[in-house]
Amino acid sequence: MPYVFYLRAIHFLMLCEILSLGYGANVGMLPKATGTSSSNLPQWSPKGDAHPDSGASTLPLFTLNYPRVQIPLEITLWVLLASFAKIGFHVYHKITVWVPESCLLISIGLIVGGIMHSVHEEPPAVLTSNMFFLYMLPLIVLDSGYFMPTRPFFENFGTVLWFAVVGTLWNSIGIGISLFAICQIEAFGVQDINLQENLLFASIISAVEPVAVLTVFEDISIHEQLYIVVFGECLFNDAVTVVLYNLFNHVAELHVVEAGDVFLGIARFFVVGLGGMLFGLLFGFVAAFTTRFTGKVREIEPLIIFLYSYLAYLIAELVAISSIMAIVTCALTMKYYVEENVSQRSCTTIRHVIKMVGSVSETLIFFFLGVVTITTDHEWNWGYILFSLLFTLLWRGLGILVLTQIINPFRTIPFNFKDQFGLAFCGLRGAVSFALAYTLPDSIGPKKLFITGTIVIIIFTVFIQGITIRPLLKLMNVRKTNRNLETINVEIHKRLMEHTVAGIEDLCGQWSHYYWKDKFMKFNNRFIRKILIRDNRPESSIVALYKKLELQNTMEILDSMTGDISATPSLISLHEERKNASKSRKVLPSDVRNMHELLSKNMYKIRQRTVSYTNKHSLPNDVTAKEILIRRHTSLRRSLRAGSFHSPHGNKASQKFLSLPVNSRLPPGRFSHAGDGDNEPEMNLSSVSSMFRHPQRSSSRTTIPLRPLGSLKVVSSSVKVVDEENEKQRGYRSSHLRSSFTSSAQQSSRSLYGSTRNISDEDGGSEHEEQESPPDPHAWVQDPQNNSDMQHPLLRRSQWPPQKPQDE
Amino acid sequence: MGSFQSLPFDHHYRTLSKKTGFSLEQIGILHNRFKQLSLNEETLRRDDFNKVQDLKDNPIRSQIVEAFFDRRNFQKDGVGSMEEIGFEEFLTVMSYFRAPALHTTEEQREEIRRAKLRFLFNMHDTDNDGTITLEEYRHVVEELLSRSGSLGKETAKGIADAAMLEVASISVGHMAPDEFYEGITFEDFLKILKELEIETRMNIRFLNMDTTVLCK
Repeated sequence: MPYVFYLRAIHFLMLCEILSLGYGANVGMLPKATGTSSSNLPQWSPKGDAHPDSGASTLPLFTLNYPRVQIPLEITLWVLLASFAKIGFHVYHKITVWVPESCLLISIGLIVGGIMHSVHEEPPAVLTSNMFFLYMLPLIVLDSGYFMPTRPFFENFGTVLWFAVVGTLWNSIGIGISLFAICQIEAFGVQDINLQENLLFASIISAVEPVAVLTVFEDISIHEQLYIVVFGECLFNDAVTVVLYNLFNHVAELHVVEAGDVFLGIARFFVVGLGGMLFGLLFGFVAAFTTRFTGKVREIEPLIIFLYSYLAYLIAELVAISSIMAIVTCALTMKYYVEENVSQRSCTTIRHVIKMVGSVSETLIFFFLGVVTITTDHEWNWGYILFSLLFTLLWRGLGILVLTQIINPFRTIPFNFKDQFGLAFCGLRGAVSFALAYTLPDSIGPKKLFITGTIVIIIFTVFIQGITIRPLLKLMNVRKTNRNLETINVEIHKRLMEHTVAGIEDLCGQWSHYYWKDKFMKFNNRFIRKILIRDNRPESSIVALYKKLELQNTMEILDSMTGDISATPSLISLHEERKNASKSRKVLPSDVRNMHELLSKNMYKIRQRTVSYTNKHSLPNDVTAKEILIRRHTSLRRSLRAGSFHSPHGNKASQKFLSLPVNSRLPPGRFSHAGDGDNEPEMNLSSVSSMFRHPQRSSSRTTIPLRPLGSLKVVSSSVKVVDEENEKQRGYRSSHLRSSFTSSAQQSSRSLYGSTRNISDEDGGSEHEEQESPPDPHAWVQDPQNNSDMQHPLLRRSQWPPQKPQDE
Repeated sequence: MGSFQSLPFDHHYRTLSKKTGFSLEQIGILHNRFKQLSLNEETLRRDDFNKVQDLKDNPIRSQIVEAFFDRRNFQKDGVGSMEEIGFEEFLTVMSYFRAPALHTTEEQREEIRRAKLRFLFNMHDTDNDGTITLEEYRHVVEELLSRSGSLGKETAKGIADAAMLEVASISVGHMAPDEFYEGITFEDFLKILKELEIETRMNIRFLNMDTTVLCK
């Protein structure tokens, strides 16, 4: 049904496009986005040009003033078409699994192009050099830069830079020279292309594009190292490519190239790259500093971020240094500090908008690729183009091989051959290459040939490699990341290990990357954070993790639940629940268990964060999660459903811990801490109450640090109550556990946010009530994690109220 | 300061090299460092470690220092701790942090892994009963989080408890109501850290270049 509707919409839209183009063509030349729109402005007459000579006699009922809105209208229609295309792809979800989105976009573009060609229309000349470089590229790059997972990135920084810079240089120069050699062969008839032009072409087609690749990588849970190398390589590769492009462009226009120029070129390369980074850092810090003062004007926070990033880009363009490096570095530095300063909402907004515009930009470019393929005149030269394709593949493979051999000794986790194959094979070309080729200045003779060549290469790599990447990687069984066992233990021990290594390094007086990291963190904590962050609280990363995990877990639980349970039952039951659940506090183990459950799930999620950033076409999980914080009622409602907060987010690890027995009877004496367990809940109550109050008032995340930790205790203590009850009632151990786990987890999260926000009586709440505060445990308890057994109605709201009687 | 091996040391170094796997230059450099720390005496004591400035900021400083004096790290069945250590023990402890050579077999890697994990385990198992009990774990977590100022003890306890439970669930699985979880044994420890690529991360690249002059 929706599919049919979708098709009709598409048809309609395309019709609109074509008509608008037709009309536009009739009115005058298609305006370039930047330039000649002024030609249409003179037709500014309120009555339009429909009746230019009718004098002022009649008031026209209906006028059509197309030229006035032409540009924005066309742009809007194109973007809308592209968005519809994207929606359409997911109608059949199987499609996107096997065929990367880029392919689909290009196909749609091809179709549209075909239609346009058949009605003899020109593609809208929106894709000018300025348009691309000033508007689209920064958005794409900002998107990549902002969502780059920082920690793995910095750990692999050297590798990434190595592949990006040296790899690109290798590719460009290699391909350029081999093509030049080919040109010398008379048979192909391209002798007129000189070396500079070849190098230019080579630099264009060595820009690698990660979109399709990353999606596949994430789907098959590939090893993090590989993932980050591809991501990082592509990002910096863009920077290098653009620099080379400009360089060779300039050089190609010179007729004589001397040795001095070559050296200047190399020096310029470094100036440009490093200059870009410095600029980025500068702007990043300034942006972070500015957000320190935006406490009262939250609405403009996202704007500040965008403005500064864009400013970094533009100013870098102004002084002709690498703007991509500038914007990426700006985003990276900014992100860390800004996310601590801005409100939750702003944070979400920023991420959303960045993702959105980046996505749109990319989509548009692919789309245009398809359209342009059909509608331009191509200059085809079998030899040149086929050889360029061949060399592209060849040099990339060689490049990866050689570079890996050189850098492996320096890596702690060396790349094996499968990794290398993966890396080499995943060198798809895409948007950036196309745009660079398309916007070549006309003074380059073989421009058409280059465009054709680029399009061929892009289409080949995107379609053939893009589609086969997935089965190939699966077949080769490339190293996967193991997500299952990331738990709090691992986190703790990893941290311990790092400290140990850092300590030993200090002891033996050697510097290594732990040392630098340590030093940087110290410097960071002591100076930078104080300047740039508003509420500076030194935080251990474990605790920060803890905090984030809770947030995430909550969010996830809440987010994964859909549905419109009306708020009333939930609120009511909450209240009742609280009143009813006045049981004695009991042994800690269940609390602890729940806490652990919560933690483990959270920890798991945090670890996943790296990978969850990877999907270029969607936002990271925790972002959607955070939104829940804002939606009070919905959150409450949702939390009640306690549905599938596991599987959608791959929370399979939690299944592991579900088998802990309903061990609320862990002998208090033996489980050594149980003795003081009784004291703990009380102690935490005050912190809990204050914590409960807090989230309501402040939207800043930094004020949350400790409280949730305390709250966990409280939550669990009530949950254990439920545990025992259920146990009695059912004697259905394992599933109980599972449910109690989920419930407790969800409970605690809900209690953190749902109850705190909506239940006013929690404020300053009496300690006993607080104790039992965690919203309706039963609601959750009933919910089986694996949807299996349990007539657990939790999923069906109707059964909601009936749960209450079981409270006794 | 390049290589400086003087003859009488050479033989000693060679045996050490065989035992710990360090190269001769590395041993030389570490010996220099040892001398620096111990003020040219033959043995190191705990106080000598306090001289290292950067170590002061390390949250688990005491455990690290203690590890140097822990007999278990020197021999298989050592018990207790020593008061002072000689260069050989110093080197032995350092050898736990050596990177595995590029071409090690699976078993060797496993061996190395076990050795490293054993080292970490010993760091926490202060009473040497073969298990990390809850108290010990809590202590560890507290220390780890001690740098972040305003944390309460309950927090650390909470985290430690949670971690403990996690281990329990992984290692023991279904526990009967009467059972309790003693503590993390070494086997459990191995299990939970199975995915942490210790052998590749817990490494210090011991340089062949003498950098002792650069650091205090």
